Amino acid sequence: MTIDEVRQIILNILEDIAPDEDISSIDDNTKLREQIDLDSMDFLDIVMELRKRFNIEVPEKDYEHLATLAGCITYLQPLLKDRLAAS
Amino acid sequence: MAYDAVIIGSGLSGLAAGIRLAMFDKKVCIVEKHTVLGGLNSFYVRKNRTFDVGLHAMTNFTPKGVRNSPLGKLLKQLRFSHDDFRLCQQHMSEIRFPEHSLRFTNDFEFFRQEVADQFPQEIDGFNKLVEKILSFDELNLNDEKTLNSRPILESFIKNPVLIDMLNCPLMYYGNAREGDMDFYQFVIMFKSVFVEGFAKPVGGMPYILQLFAEKFKQLGGELRMGSGVTSINAENRTVESVTLENGEQLIAENIISSMGYVETLNHCAPTLKETEECETGQVSFMESLCVVDREPRDLGYDKSIVFFSNQPRFDYKVPDEMINVTSGVLCCSNNFDYPEPMKEGLIRLTNLANFAQWDSLPRKDYIAAKKHWRDRALESVFTFFTDFRDNVVFLDSFTPKTIKKYTGHLNGAVYGSPNKIKNGKTPLNNLFICGTDQGFLGIIGATLSGISMANLHVLRK
Repeated sequence: MTIDEVRQIILNILEDIAPDEDISSIDDNTKLREQIDLDSMDFLDIVMELRKRFNIEVPEKDYEHLATLAGCITYLQPLLKDRLAAS
Repeated sequence: MAYDAVIIGSGLSGLAAGIRLAMFDKKVCIVEKHTVLGGLNSFYVRKNRTFDVGLHAMTNFTPKGVRNSPLGKLLKQLRFSHDDFRLCQQHMSEIRFPEHSLRFTNDFEFFRQEVADQFPQEIDGFNKLVEKILSFDELNLNDEKTLNSRPILESFIKNPVLIDMLNCPLMYYGNAREGDMDFYQFVIMFKSVFVEGFAKPVGGMPYILQLFAEKFKQLGGELRMGSGVTSINAENRTVESVTLENGEQLIAENIISSMGYVETLNHCAPTLKETEECETGQVSFMESLCVVDREPRDLGYDKSIVFFSNQPRFDYKVPDEMINVTSGVLCCSNNFDYPEPMKEGLIRLTNLANFAQWDSLPRKDYIAAKKHWRDRALESVFTFFTDFRDNVVFLDSFTPKTIKKYTGHLNGAVYGSPNKIKNGKTPLNNLFICGTDQGFLGIIGATLSGISMANLHVLRK
């Protein structure tokens, strides 16, 4: 997967978790929590969706890497780089 | 065939836990003793009329777009949109005591002004109390210390009548403890009733329950109705299976039970010694449903919900008589902002009741007592409100005995045990509770309870 594809799958997950939020205006380097009202319950959902869709386990100590969209991409791209975007 | 989780009870907490687990591909089965969904917030049909039972209205109403409120969190976690709930807001409710009346709406500033008008001496203290409430973290699952609310309220408010008036709706809508209330529960209830507010879904409880059950099944969850659990079977403090009434055994990695804490422990085999130390709830109610031949507001009932006491002071406790007729809750289901008016007028009257006395009556005396006490309760209401007896076209009542029969909660205790188990843990490693005895209250609270317990004990593992 390319960086753009990884970015898109994270946006897809966010869209499912927070359907009423405007995902298109998200800034990559500002904390997600501040932009779309994500709380700890929602972060659990991001992690659960990653497990469900890509079989990726994010241990709780790594949650901090998911704070921004850029952080998510940096953390997840190595884990997803061998996957096809279609999965 | 083993389940990741078996959930006992298809009330809102069980259904919500089920949805969360099924959403993430857990193999999950909800077993329900009754043939109807809902548990403590359910419905029943008499003479072609469907009546909701449980709460009169949903508390915790916040508008669409508010995402950090309990309702907002719940919608996100279960992936419903606000519109799915079809919520119609209350018009106006009231706390009516002999000398004072406080009205409230879903706009908290209106209520603050009412307090200022009725109790001008107390408004500064009230405002400070509100600040304390708003900054309190009542959802902390690890907070073990108990604080009684009355001493805290007394440190802000001098007039005991105002304290009683604030307590009245909050206790009626969620207090498992006689006399006083735990402060964190007071905070939960204060926010859910006064700061947020009341609404009812179009279609009532049958609609909401069906919405939850459909979502659960669409996600692959299995729902078994009329399947009571006879025992929860453990070895070395770990549950291995549950046995159903038909003799079938379901093997499960985790059990989440919404039966109530003591009720759950009572089902464990071998017997747990901890069962003896549990405090059971005592608070229960009698409710009468009065169908009237016109809109309640045309009979002088223009409020959505009225919490009343015709005595100067309000005491929340199990009455010495069959029911306490001096105080209660009147709910006019019609006085919510429905897109279309309801077909008939419905006035519900709820009074505190004594389970032991109802339970000890033989069948024929029981039926006579229901009628007698309903008449007494209505007479008491009519010292305070307009008499509507000539307009009644249908009457039905249920008592603590009815509640016990259909929900299985000991003593018909609708708010469960006074001691809440906030983290949901039991003496068995993989057995957890959700719902009433976990400590989040009301329809939204019950739902959040199921969500939190599923997240904490199954998904995060």
